[in-house]
Amino acid sequence: MHNSQAVVAEQFDDRVQQHEAASLGMWIFLATEIMFFGGLFTGYTVYRNLYTTAFETGSHLLNARIGALNTAILIASSLTMALAVHSAQTGKRAKLIFFIISTMCLGAAFLLIKFFFEWTHDYAEGFVPGLHFTYAGPHASHVALFMCFYFIMTGVHALHMVAGEGVLTVLLIMAWRGRFNQERYNAIEMMGLYWHFVDIVWIFLFPLLYLLGARF
Amino acid sequence: MSEHIAPLKIYFFVFVALMVLTLLTWRISYIDLGQWNTVVALLIAVCKASLVAAFFMHLRWSASVMRLVLFAAIFWLSILISLTIGDIFSRHVLPQPQSWHAAAAITNPSATAQGR
Repeated sequence: MHNSQAVVAEQFDDRVQQHEAASLGMWIFLATEIMFFGGLFTGYTVYRNLYTTAFETGSHLLNARIGALNTAILIASSLTMALAVHSAQTGKRAKLIFFIISTMCLGAAFLLIKFFFEWTHDYAEGFVPGLHFTYAGPHASHVALFMCFYFIMTGVHALHMVAGEGVLTVLLIMAWRGRFNQERYNAIEMMGLYWHFVDIVWIFLFPLLYLLGARF
Repeated sequence: MSEHIAPLKIYFFVFVALMVLTLLTWRISYIDLGQWNTVVALLIAVCKASLVAAFFMHLRWSASVMRLVLFAAIFWLSILISLTIGDIFSRHVLPQPQSWHAAAAITNPSATAQGR
């Protein structure tokens, strides 16, 4: 299955064609991901416009400081991922391993903050519709709707990160075994595209969920 | 070399720019700009996403077919959002045809009493 000799697979003319085929496939997958998250963003836009006050209240209940911290962590992990791709392109195995581990650690930090700090706190405060929702202020049912969007959107995003961590683990093992070099690094680069895409989703989630509530 | 290898300093420059924009969008959310809060937040998000796509995702150097795929996705997404919003927010502007009320009366007699 895995031919460790041939750099260019049989069906391709050369490395450039192979690289572009891989990139195009990944970008088409990312296009389907844009449509997947796009449905959630569309629903959010509609209900935010219908129940603006409730959504601003809900947004205000979230901790923007943690949101900003997590944004910074995710951007840093995108940097280390880009550096991992660069290390693979220049054939530096030790650096590649170091940057893959850094990316995984930063991703894990994001997930740990989200699960054990943020969501635990949200649960204790009673913001979880269906499980523990005790908010009784004005527009309570529409604030619950906001919280549904919040948990589903950040939850699906977190799920993408967990999947990314899994693929990174596989790539780490492959890098450890010396499977990548200057001529063979497509897998690392495609993983980079995925990881940066997940970062971009968060770049939109952060202002929409955390920042658009009147704090002044 | 076939594929473009970007110089390292570009990555660090983009990283700093993304961090500055994150700080900016977070601090701006504490200032009352009225309707402009939403516009500014989304503009900054688009700027950040463009930086990530152009440099971290190598779109600046890759074949134009990758950009085509991205623009196609954004185009379909804009159709999804604009038509959905157009529907939801024009319902009170455009009256429902009378025939719809008649049909509703047959299938669900209680619904017509309240109308819409």
